[in-house]
Amino acid sequence: MTNLLIWPILLPLLTGILLLFAPKQIRFQRVLSAISGAGLIAVTVFILLTVRDGGIQTLELGGWTPPFGIVLVGDMLASLLTTTTAVVSLPIVIFAMSTIGKEREQFYFYAFYQFLITGVMGAFLTGDIFNLFVFFEVMLISSYILIVHGGTKIQLRESFKYVLVNVISSAFFVVAVAYLYAVTGTLNMAQLSQRIGSLDSDAPILTVIAVLFLIVFGLKGALFPLYFWLPASYTAPPSAIAAVFGALLTKVGMYSIFRTYTIIFTHDTGFTHQLLAVLAACTMVIGVIGAVAHQDVKKILVYNVIVAVGFVLFGVSTLTETGMAGAVFYLIHDIVIKGALFLLLGAMIIAAGTSHLRNMGGLIKHHPRLGWMFFTAVMALVGVPPLSGFVGKLLIIQGGAQDGQYIIIAVMMAASLLVLYSMIRIFLYGFYGRIRLEKADQHGSTKGLLLPCAFLIAVSAFIGLGAESVYQMAATAAQTLHDPQIYIDAVLKE
Amino acid sequence: MEILMSVTAGILFMGGTYLVLSKNIIRIIIGTSVISHGAHILLLTMAGLKTGAPPLLGLEASSYTDPLPQALILTAIVISFGVTSFFLVLGYRAYKENGTDNTENMRGTDSYD
Amino acid sequence: MKSNDVILQTVANIVLFIILMFSVFLFFNGHHEPGGGFIGGLMTSSALVLLLLAYDLETVKRILPVDFKLVTAAGLLVAVGTGMGSFFFGAPFLSQTYDYFHFPVLGELELATALIFDVGVYLVVVGITLTIIQTIGEDR
Repeated sequence: MTNLLIWPILLPLLTGILLLFAPKQIRFQRVLSAISGAGLIAVTVFILLTVRDGGIQTLELGGWTPPFGIVLVGDMLASLLTTTTAVVSLPIVIFAMSTIGKEREQFYFYAFYQFLITGVMGAFLTGDIFNLFVFFEVMLISSYILIVHGGTKIQLRESFKYVLVNVISSAFFVVAVAYLYAVTGTLNMAQLSQRIGSLDSDAPILTVIAVLFLIVFGLKGALFPLYFWLPASYTAPPSAIAAVFGALLTKVGMYSIFRTYTIIFTHDTGFTHQLLAVLAACTMVIGVIGAVAHQDVKKILVYNVIVAVGFVLFGVSTLTETGMAGAVFYLIHDIVIKGALFLLLGAMIIAAGTSHLRNMGGLIKHHPRLGWMFFTAVMALVGVPPLSGFVGKLLIIQGGAQDGQYIIIAVMMAASLLVLYSMIRIFLYGFYGRIRLEKADQHGSTKGLLLPCAFLIAVSAFIGLGAESVYQMAATAAQTLHDPQIYIDAVLKE
Repeated sequence: MEILMSVTAGILFMGGTYLVLSKNIIRIIIGTSVISHGAHILLLTMAGLKTGAPPLLGLEASSYTDPLPQALILTAIVISFGVTSFFLVLGYRAYKENGTDNTENMRGTDSYD
Repeated sequence: MKSNDVILQTVANIVLFIILMFSVFLFFNGHHEPGGGFIGGLMTSSALVLLLLAYDLETVKRILPVDFKLVTAAGLLVAVGTGMGSFFFGAPFLSQTYDYFHFPVLGELELATALIFDVGVYLVVVGITLTIIQTIGEDR
């Protein structure tokens, strides 16, 4: 199985290409997307098990040995995230089948969805920083198309800003890569780690590069001062597209910070990681303020995406094995649960015909299952013990305590409480409260929409109940991050 | 030469930033394209210019220029070509749909906020 | 819109073939010398764009009744397929190989699997460029 690692990238890519040939055959598009989604889950789970049993897997593309060619690296972090991505992408595409509308389906929606997944998978698996840029662009270009797909007025307006922000940040990415190449003479992440380790440790230019990368990935991952584009653009597209954005796109930015700030930029942690911790705390604060302030359910959820960015990056910034294991765990949990929540809100909006809390109310009378599923998902998001959010948060807090960041821990606790408040508010006003819609069915039914949501909630429960085994894997991932030598040895094979 | 190129990259960044800060859609798009050019020039300069023969087979030179940055900026140029053309179409559609090419009038004014 | 620019049309008719031939030359010149699928594809599409400028969209569509989106898809498929060809030999994705063949007129030539990949790139570039131009051109 030499080529095992390429399959998570190749499968969606091939599917997307095949889908380009027959845009009008909706049945073909749907069936192929579903088959490929299921196949992707199988492949990524297989890779996950291989990595768990056999250690880090690498694939040298084109047979070129690592420092010269592009290498794909499947370490524990990458394979956990690819598996989660696959698990989330299938239900979202199934949800899209009944909500996205025929017009969009006929205009390459499924193809670009597959290309988006290609980009996400590639970004997780690559071991080369320029290749990371390329897969980022694959992902971003697909996301540009998906965000404007359908071409409604609000989509066109918001996507213009979204594209502008991302084009500029891509230019910064190229600049950062240029500086990095000038200083180290390599772009392979393992070799970068090695060379930066042996460089003069107080080289200030490295700190500049580190901050430049933080700006780039912070823009994509919605870190504190750079989150401003996110709320408007994530609420513009339809729910299924918003779900894949909320579940995956910011996570790729976070993953890149994870990678670069653990393996490459560990020379001046006193500055860079303290900066990261402070920004993470600010991100949490800003996120909860937005979540509590807004009345629109989509906006509330979108601000919760920002809060999660803060949680995960705080875990990274502690640089302790516990904190990083917690961050990995929370990242996986968050991908699943944000996907589920976006889909549930999509179903809610279809049921209520509005996304504004004041006009909802009493939904639970006609949609009891939707209501209780939403409640379960909220509990999982906040981290009520048997569900998946608990372990991750606990570990992040433990890691933070080891690092002595008590103030940020306090911020995080408060933020968690406010997240609970903001989400329960949706439940109380949207599902309980005065019945606004006498005939709840008049805006369309949620039939068939609940299955994908139920699947994601089941996955979340599985992560929570099987926390022991998932924790083992997250701990392995954190160990690799904490000790880059493992990664270097696996890639460069010295 | 490297210094001259660095200054050029700086000027491109400067002009691009100026254009992006204006309110006209087309100026903004051209600005992003100019910024990307600045980034590409910087990438090419960073590896050192003309340190040997062109990296082609069969020249049998004693030293070759590092081919990697050239491969990198080719990739980056292709990507920015694609993105810019998409951006132009998007700007055009946004202009048609919103009836304005002034970003001042494209602010998020959602009905319920 | 029917344009009626005699000088441009006459020149375009001739120059079109020169550009097309040069693009084929550039395409095969790749791999060892400057050239290749990307540049060749851009050159070909620039020839077609010249045709578009001299005549109009409908004329070009009549001459070339091809859906360029399908050309793009086919190109992608060829390029990815070449990469996957290495699977049959147990080699990593995108591995390439080459050999020397003897042709009747041309003599000894080197043929690499990268050439097939380049065909894919060529098709993608031509397809994408013309799709973009047609999309903008159609909408008025």
